[in-house]
Amino acid sequence: MDTNTLDGGFADPVMQSQTAFRAVMDSLANPGTVQALTLGLTPPSSLSPELAAIALTLCDHDTTLWLDRDLATDAVLGWLRFHTSAPITSERAQAQFALTRDPAVLLADFDQGTDLYPDRSTTVALAIQSVSGGKTLTLTGPGIEGSITIAPQGLPEDFLAQWAENGAQFPRGVDLLLVADGQLIGLPRTTRIKEA
Amino acid sequence: MSATPSYNFAYLDEQTKRMIRRAILKAIAIPGYQVPFASREMPMPYGWGTGGVQVTAAIVGPTDVLKVIDQGADDTTNAVSIRAFFAKVANVKTTTHTGDATIIQTRHRIPEKQLQAGQTLVYQVPIPEPLRLLEPRETETRVMHALKEYGLMHVKLYEDIATHGRIATTYGYPVMVEDRYVMSPSPTPKFDNPKMHMSAALQLFGAGREMRIYAVPPFTKVVSLDFEDHPFEIQHFSEPCALCAATGVYLDEVILDDHGGHMFVCSDTDNCEDRRAAGHRGALSGEVLEAAE
Repeated sequence: MDTNTLDGGFADPVMQSQTAFRAVMDSLANPGTVQALTLGLTPPSSLSPELAAIALTLCDHDTTLWLDRDLATDAVLGWLRFHTSAPITSERAQAQFALTRDPAVLLADFDQGTDLYPDRSTTVALAIQSVSGGKTLTLTGPGIEGSITIAPQGLPEDFLAQWAENGAQFPRGVDLLLVADGQLIGLPRTTRIKEA
Repeated sequence: MSATPSYNFAYLDEQTKRMIRRAILKAIAIPGYQVPFASREMPMPYGWGTGGVQVTAAIVGPTDVLKVIDQGADDTTNAVSIRAFFAKVANVKTTTHTGDATIIQTRHRIPEKQLQAGQTLVYQVPIPEPLRLLEPRETETRVMHALKEYGLMHVKLYEDIATHGRIATTYGYPVMVEDRYVMSPSPTPKFDNPKMHMSAALQLFGAGREMRIYAVPPFTKVVSLDFEDHPFEIQHFSEPCALCAATGVYLDEVILDDHGGHMFVCSDTDNCEDRRAAGHRGALSGEVLEAAE
């Protein structure tokens, strides 16, 4: 067994998961704001520390977790199994949480929830190049006073079309967490996005 | 083996916190929708705020400052004991000042002082389902929410008008959140409903016995249901607070004797104390009475 599997988790799981949760909560309650997500995690190399923080904070034996093929190395799967006990699924539509860094990700493939239980949709955490420096996007919707702009780099090419489709089926739809370099932007399904 | 019992930070175990946290995130993503959660037994009976306590325990951290109010008051049994509970199990700083708090757990009031960005208001909710007293079956109310079928609620408000000449609902007055979900504001007086609309603070609702969590993110549309010819109105009081002379705040009636003597005082004790500290005096405040003697 690779001993690296056991290392690299939260040094102080109770307090650090609280810090990470508040960052995620604030990011979804205030879409477009950039939250800090630096917790000193050292997961196996293909998994970014930010994706790892989200998994360790929110996943456990009750949540199914999906990873894109590129991420799902033996080292990463072993590390996530040890630190979260979350069952890993290969079916996107059955995942409660998804970790990916695939710029060709298709949001519509994940669990969209049902009209009766829209809360059962997948929360997708997408690692991107940077939360700034990209094309400027204008966000409106709940949690935003007026409007706010973001400029993430490394979004899927057809992201705006995918996101419009995601929002059109409200209350169904996935929620998205964009992460890069110790930073986090939350996009709940209610957020409307336009090119600025 | 340790001789004294010890608790995890904020009482709940980590798996329970994760479960509640996941529910809170989905609640924020679907404003006004009630997310089921696996409510735990707490060291207090259902009906004493177990839902609010679980929400607060799941979000609270060492840098938070906690305020707890019961019907606007910081000094009633429920508020005092919940504040003491978190001071003990989370070692969190507590306050009675609305402006100093980062988390305000409330039973049935919204503070008079306007809440700010970064503050979180946690409501204790007895019956989260606004349609429950009209339709007892959860399977039916769930379908009604899914179909946005709220005719029954309008019939109820109309029947109020037919019977009383006005909408007689005074607390727990139903609201429409972001034009989609009808939501119970918990049994707050309808006086507080306008404060929920476009509030800068995050509002989280926890119902322990009924196992539901719901949320209103900051800057979200919250509209009280009404009719064009019977618009929504809040309560108005004919006299100011007897202690601090505040007008435009929610007042409680206090009985003074058994001859019908009574006074109206601020429900929000922190707001009333602030005003008195700033020199405002009502008709029955000590200084005014002494001066009259």
